Amino acid sequence: MASPPRNSGGALALGPRRSPRATGARLRAGGAGALGKGLLGIYLSALVLLPVAALLAKASSGGTGAFWREISNPEALAAIKLTLAASAIVVAINAVFGTLIAWVLVRDEFRGKRIVNALIDLPFALPTIVAGVVLLALYGKGSPVGVDVAFTRASIGLALLFVTLPFVVRSVQPVLLELDLSMEEAAASLGASPLTVLRRVVLPSLTPAIISGVALSFARAVGEYGSLVLITGELPFKTEVGSVYVFGQISNENLPAAAAVSVLLLLVALVVLGVLSAASRRRSRHVL
Amino acid sequence: MSSRGSKLGARTIALGYLALLLLAPVAMIFYRTFEHGLGPVWSAVTAPNAMHAFWLSLEIVAIAVPLNTVFGIGMALLLERGRFWGKSLLGMLIDLPFAISPVVVGLALVLVYGKTGWLGNWLSGHAIQVIFSVPGMVIATAVVSLPFVARETMPVLRELGIDSEQAAETLGASAWQTFWRVTLPGIRWGVVYGVVLTTARALGEFGAVSIVSGRIEGQTQTLPLYVQDRFENFDSTGAYAAAVVLALMALGTLLAMSLLTRRTHRRMLT
Repeated sequence: MASPPRNSGGALALGPRRSPRATGARLRAGGAGALGKGLLGIYLSALVLLPVAALLAKASSGGTGAFWREISNPEALAAIKLTLAASAIVVAINAVFGTLIAWVLVRDEFRGKRIVNALIDLPFALPTIVAGVVLLALYGKGSPVGVDVAFTRASIGLALLFVTLPFVVRSVQPVLLELDLSMEEAAASLGASPLTVLRRVVLPSLTPAIISGVALSFARAVGEYGSLVLITGELPFKTEVGSVYVFGQISNENLPAAAAVSVLLLLVALVVLGVLSAASRRRSRHVL
Repeated sequence: MSSRGSKLGARTIALGYLALLLLAPVAMIFYRTFEHGLGPVWSAVTAPNAMHAFWLSLEIVAIAVPLNTVFGIGMALLLERGRFWGKSLLGMLIDLPFAISPVVVGLALVLVYGKTGWLGNWLSGHAIQVIFSVPGMVIATAVVSLPFVARETMPVLRELGIDSEQAAETLGASAWQTFWRVTLPGIRWGVVYGVVLTTARALGEFGAVSIVSGRIEGQTQTLPLYVQDRFENFDSTGAYAAAVVLALMALGTLLAMSLLTRRTHRRMLT
């Protein structure tokens, strides 16, 4: 019985089986299944449930009044506003360029397309701190192209664009692959200009995918830390975003403030993910 | 003609954007690293603290990734094959680490496993140190890379169906045999893809590990933390060399990913 988690017998138990052998196997699987579920539960609790509960408890330990005081601390408020504004701008740019890149990767043919396609995932594979170093090497102090964004607000946008690049591309690409070309050809043959075809035929079918890519980008941008550490200089009221503020408060051992802003960042990410995924589901039903 | 022209225009803009945002910066760091030859790079990479950080990173990956793989396969089976109340809630819970900032993950772990955390007294009573040592860094790494294996395995499991599993059971296979001989071979590429993503994320994790590690040089410094340390100490050779080591690992991941997607595509077509 002391075995690792097994396939739970539940799904296999379709219809009654009389064979004692099958029943025995199912019973044994049931026991191991319970053990497996228990281990999964413990692992999930240790890693996710307990920490999130502790975070919520810390943030609410002083009551709602204390929570609001922490959030409305001028430095915290500036960091939160900056995070939301930067994330909104970045996802808007992602929506446009991500869709364009996906379109080019699906509908265009050129040499080296496979390599370009593989490189899209680079920001996911590259450690975030390396992303920051990489961007600084070209767009930082002593830039060979004469562009120095280090320690400016533009650097936040640049780093966030880098780390969130794959989301919209990767959610639009498969939908575009499935999209029936004959609709576009029909529209074009009926006299629609390329722009009209794009606006009236292509984009409406892509909207759900764009929305879900945007939601994922936004959630990622709101919580991003590693790529921003070196390039933004973490200047309060100027380039300090929410996650950097939280880090600073942890270092100052001001855990209630860190927890309050953390919970707010988490809520923003969850609400955006929830609302936008509901919206994209409704949209795709509508299209179908 | 105009359609051809707009196609060319779109291609130019898209590739130009990618070149400026991705390719040029990454090429630049390779150039900067190797512009004075291999000698300084080699001595920077083999510096004791760099080596220590490198091995520590691998050690953490070697513990966290197998744990997450077993968890991910089990969770995928539970979510795809099981029927129970609260299943969609559990699915959302698995995805939660994707919505949480790494810094917040670090803070949440400190609040549980830290000295003043929920389990702090019990842990120090048993002389177990989690925060500011390797166990905490393993936990932090495991949290941020938790969802990948489950998320990559679930669709493959759904596609696989339960026919062959049922057939195996009818023929008298135990649940354990069915899993090893039927289910696991069927989902293996999904699992491998998930493991590749988990490994990449685990190797590069910065924010959460930065908080729980205490960043003690030569002790709890992983390779990404070492990059930051070198950079902030104006040792750009050391920072670039370590960053290039991590970038090469990322490129290896990309290669593995594109080979695997082609493999799964082939399988889906046949």
